[in-house]
Amino acid sequence: MEIRGTAALVTGASRGLGRALAGELAAAGARVVLVARTAAPLDDVVATLRGRGTDAHAIAADVADKDAIHRIAGQAAALVGPIDIAIHNASTLGPTPLRLLLDTECEDLEAVLATNLVGPFRLTKVLAGSMALRGRGVIVHVSSDAAVAAYPRWGAYGVAKAGQDHLSRILAAELDGSGVRVLAVDPGEMDTAMHAAAIPDADPATLARPDEVARRIVAMIRDERGAPSGARLEASTWTQAEATP
Amino acid sequence: MTEVPRHDVRMLIVDPVSRRVAGAAFADLPAYLDANDLVVVNDAATLPGSLAARTAAGEPLELRLVGALAGRRASAIVFGAGDFRTRTEDRPLPPALAAGDELELVAWSDRDGPAAARARVAARSPVSPRWIELDLDGGADDAWRAIYRLGRPVQYAYQREPLPLWSVQTAYAARPWAAEMPSAGRPLTWELLLALRRRGVAIAALTHAAGLSSTGDPALDAALPWPERYEIPDATAAAVAAARRRGGRVVAIGTTVLRALESAATVEDESSRPIAGGVRAGAGTAELVITAAHRPRVADGLVTGVHGPEESHYRILASLLDRATLADATAAMIEGAYQPHELGDACLVLPGALAVTERRHRLA
Repeated sequence: MEIRGTAALVTGASRGLGRALAGELAAAGARVVLVARTAAPLDDVVATLRGRGTDAHAIAADVADKDAIHRIAGQAAALVGPIDIAIHNASTLGPTPLRLLLDTECEDLEAVLATNLVGPFRLTKVLAGSMALRGRGVIVHVSSDAAVAAYPRWGAYGVAKAGQDHLSRILAAELDGSGVRVLAVDPGEMDTAMHAAAIPDADPATLARPDEVARRIVAMIRDERGAPSGARLEASTWTQAEATP
Repeated sequence: MTEVPRHDVRMLIVDPVSRRVAGAAFADLPAYLDANDLVVVNDAATLPGSLAARTAAGEPLELRLVGALAGRRASAIVFGAGDFRTRTEDRPLPPALAAGDELELVAWSDRDGPAAARARVAARSPVSPRWIELDLDGGADDAWRAIYRLGRPVQYAYQREPLPLWSVQTAYAARPWAAEMPSAGRPLTWELLLALRRRGVAIAALTHAAGLSSTGDPALDAALPWPERYEIPDATAAAVAAARRRGGRVVAIGTTVLRALESAATVEDESSRPIAGGVRAGAGTAELVITAAHRPRVADGLVTGVHGPEESHYRILASLLDRATLADATAAMIEGAYQPHELGDACLVLPGALAVTERRHRLA
């Protein structure tokens, strides 16, 4: 999908990969809506993007909150038009330091599922219908290798991300032929606040930079052959298909 | 009256050609349409357009948005104290407002609480002192934020509980332009939309700012429906032209779609070739009021709610049906206890729908 002239929504956009994705999409000519829980840092990011002459808007909301979903979708469509690109980037680890599943409070697991799985499901449910009707759209779920590998102590997060991967595949199957692509992307280990919370002693020099990962994800959104609907892609190893004329 | 779940909506089928009437489930809709046909929906999302407010002197008000904001400017009808639980015609009159008056917007759950946002009356309509233009504080982003934080859907006294915003959205809603739900599309689940596509039926969208259906003010209600903004994408105008060329029928999902299509009727297609019953792409304002005398130029068929003779929608049915068929349809609605109102059952008016008795069993 050509990014210029599209309307894009990015959750978890006040920092890390979400901020980088919003910046990359805005720079490529999309009208961008940024969603995050806390208004102040989000407003700062939006002010920076607007300062670069791009069309950016802030919506302070928690994707885990059922009542927030239509508020997000309605404001977004009012400000930038029907959404063409939705990136489910907001996610939570749950309490850190990370605990064994048997030591995880049930409520903490539910809260992680609400942010990382149920929230994206709800938001897609509101946004994807218009995409399918118009015959164009891209939905990206930011995944993790914890969705695939069984890392001890990453239980709540890993279960939610594995569920989100499968949500992505089933949506892709149901929307096959509709013009809407649904992707799951493992961004790899990045130098972000979330990574630092999970693995405080990691060496930042060994971690990918969010800006570089965001560029690759935006390339996937553009590349219908290289990033077909239903695929689970790894940002670190993905290569672009031959550019189509 | 209660809301009919989206999956359980019934549909009365009326064929203006064979003049036959039959009952069906809304889920049977694909069986009545052919591969040449085109279904046109209104993809406007429903605004949380009912806002609690008060004057600087503390007098309580309700504002009901007439349509989407233009920047931070809103157009609204003002009601006095109370809320939707009181019938609109029984609501007390609001205090007279004048340009320059300050209003405080408050949460419905805390009407005596602190102001959550502020607005200023910009103008008062010559049609009625209850129709005002107001400017919300801040820019467009702030105005939309306030509306989505404080507003709830416009609703009427037959409902007892406040409707959540999700319950008044169609499965394909996008831009929030509609003061009330474009409700004929409410039972169109993706199961049904994909079944229509599998059958080869084309589906296209337009956006029409469906307005308020009632204000309780006789002067305002007499002027309903007011001019409403619409936008028809190029792809939808092309889909109408293509349906015409292949001899298919154009079916409007809802009276708002019918109004937009008829307002944009043209005799030229997108390449300026002559076409009977095409539509112009682009933005416009629907001024047309469809009456029994109107003969639709674009739409062949219509899906609408169930309406009684006292409602304006009935005039629209009368534009599509002769008097005797309309009387038969009305009798069937009453006899079958079809649920009226916007969250109830449906009615499909379609030439050829009941021409062949086996037709509705064709879908395996």
